[in-house]
Amino acid sequence: MDWGTLQEVLGGVNKHSTSIGKIWLTVLFIFRIMILVVAAERVWGDEQQDFVCNTLQPGCRNVCYDHFFPISHIRLWALQLIFVSTPALLVAMHVAYTRHERKRQLKNSDKIDIEQLKNEKIHIRGPLWWTYTSSIFFRLIFEAVFMYVFYYMYDGYQMPRLVKCDAWPCPNIVDCFVSRPTEKTTFTIFMLAVSGICMVLNLAELCYLVIKICMKEPRKTT
Amino acid sequence: MSWAFLRDLLSGVNKYSTGIGRIWVAVVFMFRLLVYVAAAENIWKHEHDEFECNIKQPGCENVCFDHFFPVSHIRLWALQLIMVSTPSLLVVFHVAYRENREKHHNQKLYKNPGKIDGGLLCTYLISLILKTGLEIVFLVLFYKLYNGFKIPRLVKCDIKPCPNTVDCYISKPTEKMIFLYFLVGTSCLCIILNLSELSYLIFKYSIKCYLKRQKRNSK
Repeated sequence: MDWGTLQEVLGGVNKHSTSIGKIWLTVLFIFRIMILVVAAERVWGDEQQDFVCNTLQPGCRNVCYDHFFPISHIRLWALQLIFVSTPALLVAMHVAYTRHERKRQLKNSDKIDIEQLKNEKIHIRGPLWWTYTSSIFFRLIFEAVFMYVFYYMYDGYQMPRLVKCDAWPCPNIVDCFVSRPTEKTTFTIFMLAVSGICMVLNLAELCYLVIKICMKEPRKTT
Repeated sequence: MSWAFLRDLLSGVNKYSTGIGRIWVAVVFMFRLLVYVAAAENIWKHEHDEFECNIKQPGCENVCFDHFFPVSHIRLWALQLIMVSTPSLLVVFHVAYRENREKHHNQKLYKNPGKIDGGLLCTYLISLILKTGLEIVFLVLFYKLYNGFKIPRLVKCDIKPCPNTVDCYISKPTEKMIFLYFLVGTSCLCIILNLSELSYLIFKYSIKCYLKRQKRNSK
């Protein structure tokens, strides 16, 4: 059980997404989940062990680390990815429900073709349009919230080399050194940039869907 | 043998669940299992190594850690996930029993072996009650074992061989507390979903029974 399961679930959603939605999914998998698992986890792997404070006082390092990193970047990114992927499940559930209803209708009219039903592309219109648009809206909200949380918690997106700590039991103001600050800053900025790209894709998809429905309405009335 | 086994098990359960049941499976996958594997496990990975006491006395750290963490949070969490997912197996077994019976007698005994009615409804309701009960038991266990859901930065320990009251520092207490609250939140959400599903099924089948009786009386 890992990100692979998420990939299977979201892969199913891919069939019913718009082209922009498919690009968003690709960016999510390749530039966020894969980078997180393959690279970022290694960079943050030894973060507390290599967090060194200039004191021999036992407990000072633990307390200072906890003070400056209430929740690790890597965990925040994992949560962000989970929350951002969840709205797509709404779409998957709606599609499954629509298929179930179609199957029931076809059974009643004695025309069963399960293979055709499975491969039938469900168009994004009507209630599904609302579900899909809400899922994009929630995705945007979650992305923005997490980006703000990062900014607020870490005073920007840069990882300092040195932090000064005077939490008890440190005997006075002690210098503590963060491990691999430049590498961590690089990955933070990378993940931030990719989040930004995903937000732009989501906005574009939202505009596309709204324009599509607006174009359809005048055609209906004429 | 890993969490993938549980995932496959729950996917099997999904087929015979109601709509709320499917939402429950999705919540368990995304917000409990995935968060556990992708994030929480790593926080508690080096908890013993990073537990530090302000003393050089050998054995003091071990004894203090054992005293304050009889069963680690992460192990309790894993047990909770396994126990809470298992009652759903009762439904899978009952459906398999029905299908087996049909094969054995070589005739269609049930309109649809997977439909929740009759005996399967009882099994389903029992599985829901068990799930809810186990969630509550684990939440109470967490609360009682750790005096609430807070994780302190510092604990004072005076068990032998520690020569006096010694300060011991827990690693990453804030991060652990955040994920603990997340665990409690998702547990409560699952309890609410289970109770809603229970009420929905009881209500639906009471109405069905009542209407059937009305039809019979009117005949």
